[in-house]
Amino acid sequence: MSETFTARVWVLGDDIDTDIIIPTEYLALKTIDDMKQYGFSPLRPELAAQIQPGDVIVAGKNFGCGSSREQAPEIIKALGIRAVIAKSFARIFFRNSINNGLLLIENGDLHDAVKEGDEIEVTMGERIVANGKEFPIASLPQNLLDIINAGGLVKAMRKRNGLD
Amino acid sequence: MGMTIAEKIIAAAAGVDSVKAGDIHTVELDRLMSNDGTTHLTIDMYNNKLKNPHIADVKKLVWIIDHNIPSDSPKTAASHKKMRDFAREHGIDFWEGKGVCHQIMMENYVRPGELIFGADSHTCAYGALGAFGTGVGCTDYLYAMVTGKSWLLVPETIRFNLTGKLREGVYARDLILTIIGKIGAAGASYMAMEFVGDGMKNLTMDDRISMCNLCVEAGAKTALMEVDDIALDYLHARGREPKHCFKSDEDAVFAAEYDIDLATIEPIVARPDFVDDVIPAKEALGVKIDEAFLGSCNNGRLSDLRVGADLIRGRKVHPLVRFLVVPASNEVYEAAIKEGIIQTFMEAGAIVMNANCSVCWGSCQGVIGAGETLISTGTRNFKGRAGHPDSKVYLASAATVTASAIKGEITTADKL
Amino acid sequence: MGKTIIEKIISRNTGIENVKPGDIVTVNVDRVMIHDIFIPFVADKFEEMGFTKLWDPDKVVLIYDHLVPASQIDDTRHFQRGNAFAAKYGMKNVHRSDGICHQLMTEAGYVKPGNVVFGTDSHTTTYGCVGAFSSGIGYTEMASILGTGTMWIKVPETIKVTINGKLPENVTSKDIILRLIGDLGADGATYQALEFTGDTVANMTVASRMTMSNMAIECGAKCALFTPDEKTAEYCEVELTDEMKDLVGDADAHYVREITYRAEDFVPVLACPSQVDKIRPASELTGTKIDQVFIGSCTNGRLEDLMRAAEILKGKKVAPFVKLIVTPASRKIYLQALENGTLETLSEAGAIITHPGCGLCCGRTGGILSDGERVVATNNRNFLGRMGTSKVEIYLASPATAAACAIAGEIVVPE
Repeated sequence: MSETFTARVWVLGDDIDTDIIIPTEYLALKTIDDMKQYGFSPLRPELAAQIQPGDVIVAGKNFGCGSSREQAPEIIKALGIRAVIAKSFARIFFRNSINNGLLLIENGDLHDAVKEGDEIEVTMGERIVANGKEFPIASLPQNLLDIINAGGLVKAMRKRNGLD
Repeated sequence: MGMTIAEKIIAAAAGVDSVKAGDIHTVELDRLMSNDGTTHLTIDMYNNKLKNPHIADVKKLVWIIDHNIPSDSPKTAASHKKMRDFAREHGIDFWEGKGVCHQIMMENYVRPGELIFGADSHTCAYGALGAFGTGVGCTDYLYAMVTGKSWLLVPETIRFNLTGKLREGVYARDLILTIIGKIGAAGASYMAMEFVGDGMKNLTMDDRISMCNLCVEAGAKTALMEVDDIALDYLHARGREPKHCFKSDEDAVFAAEYDIDLATIEPIVARPDFVDDVIPAKEALGVKIDEAFLGSCNNGRLSDLRVGADLIRGRKVHPLVRFLVVPASNEVYEAAIKEGIIQTFMEAGAIVMNANCSVCWGSCQGVIGAGETLISTGTRNFKGRAGHPDSKVYLASAATVTASAIKGEITTADKL
Repeated sequence: MGKTIIEKIISRNTGIENVKPGDIVTVNVDRVMIHDIFIPFVADKFEEMGFTKLWDPDKVVLIYDHLVPASQIDDTRHFQRGNAFAAKYGMKNVHRSDGICHQLMTEAGYVKPGNVVFGTDSHTTTYGCVGAFSSGIGYTEMASILGTGTMWIKVPETIKVTINGKLPENVTSKDIILRLIGDLGADGATYQALEFTGDTVANMTVASRMTMSNMAIECGAKCALFTPDEKTAEYCEVELTDEMKDLVGDADAHYVREITYRAEDFVPVLACPSQVDKIRPASELTGTKIDQVFIGSCTNGRLEDLMRAAEILKGKKVAPFVKLIVTPASRKIYLQALENGTLETLSEAGAIITHPGCGLCCGRTGGILSDGERVVATNNRNFLGRMGTSKVEIYLASPATAAACAIAGEIVVPE
């Protein structure tokens, strides 16, 4: 897990809720691809179109609070976001992200040290380097790594059921 | 030469002694109704297209939000807000969420002998009280709003002479659908349809409103009935007096006359996608349905709900059918509560919504999906009217709709 | 060492005597709930995972509520998928128009004290009102439970909230939970369990408790628990056993935090736009003009809520140009409110009464607003854009406050 990548930063605030990530209005669209253009639309309607594959979101506390809609992490992933780095995550969103293989990193200080467009370097399970400063990051517990390593919960279950 | 009811109302509104079919007259309007289907467009024109925007007589205006209520989208909400703000600013009588416009008008405004424009095609319903109601677009509406007047081509009249009585289990809804089937969807284009005869005494106000309301589906400009005790009782109970009670003169000229014995009418359905494509309900038995709708300005009144409730009491809605029951107004809803009708529907598993146009308008409530079939007491069964372009709508009476909701397929009440 | 309520439930469920916060354990699930928005996704994931049967069809409940009645053409696809899934896997517990999922789960007897329950909705925390451990999950996780009957969880720490005394007139459990969320913050209980105790709580109806457990998610809580009592047993139609009575935090249990309130100190409050934890007393907001009021939702659409509103609205009228939308939480509540005259009173006052369901709360239909409009609502969320555009202002309040605001056409303190 000492993989390293660099990424461009999008900065969002505290309490980014699931209705902001994907409003209920669009939840009955057929596919995640149909929905993703509306990602973050109540807050920043232009954002979904600006995100490039490999970018990261750096947010404040309680990212993903609100509903259990799993479209929230799925859309973030479909937009090409490599990781969400936040001061803290809401519980259901956290589980849903792990189950869908969206990388979440908790760090309390990075948010105040970067601005939009900055480039950061992430070394998994070790640190983030931004604007010349280092921010240590923790590794995930083993049971979650198992799900991620299997490629998400669906793949873990397929393996259990002897399909893969 | 004698005049028809339509001619008499127009003559009075034009301030002349006599008019005849084919004349064009400038008329003074008594009332101008508009709903949330198009009022936002009227307001835009009022604000942007007029040199000196003003309202001739604000007391004549009635604005009603009934099509998409409660609102289903920011777009709808914005158009409602525009309407609400304008009504408040100008002091226009304003109703929101109190019922379907035509029902609100019948309960609160319409008087015999009046000439009323409504920015909705089913305005012809007001003929049940001997008023000349006709649907107009928002340009006509705007002109009338600003001037208090409009021009009108005097229509020819087709007269329906009704005798006898509808049989048990047959309703005014079956009657009017039968008539539309007989004369066709354009059978009364530009014309007035007048209903008279001995049979009228056997038709309640609810029946009459249902009949007049649907005449536009035969292309009619308006529908008219004579004002009898049944109509006067309805009017007096609501504290109103007639303006004029007209009857057609004996020597009036009619474009056509039909004699209909009410006893010959049978339960009917109109097949997708045309109101005039009617067949006896017994020939449509077994068509699987996904949704049933009892409501609308055509069939959402107390007696319609009563028919449905009597059938479904002690029974259940079919588990895979969504049965929407939507009273035509709050007055109807509250009366239905008092009679235990709403309770009966709720106990049976129906979906009882607030008074509004609902799925008849096909927009915000009970929309149907691809390949789905709806049986409805609404006004229209045009392609895609209730939702997806590949969905189907059958029109039928409250009894047939309720029976079908119970069975899960089209059936008639006697087959339950 | 003693245990908190959640530790007792998890311990009994897993057979592990000593569970402590932070432990990761696998629980056996007593009941699951799936609602209409997510059933197509659950169905897809379930089959993609390679399962061919449900672990126990009778333990699965499918409820249509967010999309009833359908407001968009594609909504009916969710019903069709749900019906097909239920038929294929032999599910009998399907409610197609009976009300909001969280109301039905306890009302229809699917959840009993001590149960472990998961649902595809964040407000699944509601069932803590009867002493059940219940929490919201995503559809992938749900698909996995449908196949296995189990789920891993981390044993949460517990925050104990004690409330003693008598609530002032026109102050309800909604004002309590809003105040608590304000005090804790929107993430103040993330990953943690809330435990409510004290005589104020003991004197509350189950319905009032439900309002509090329902909103626990708004401060991030995993669950929110009340000790089952006679009222719980009566509501759940069960015998109150010693095991149930024992679902109480032990005197020597470890709490991560303890908060105590005096009931007399609570006042009517509102959550201001656009965060649930932005709480202010109604008295500081008086005079704020409003366009609409919504009374309903799994938070506050129950009989006592409707009756309180009707009491305030009886013989009065909703302010001109203001809409009052009332959406009872379930068919049963609608029928009860019909029977005792509540709905008639509300209708006479000018309310628009809709069929039971999520209605406006989930923001798909039921009274969506437009730029510059303001709504006072009894539901659980006032997030940006939840009930229309991002320029709609949503204030959350109790049914009493909401009803008083509807009459005044502006925010007022209920009297």
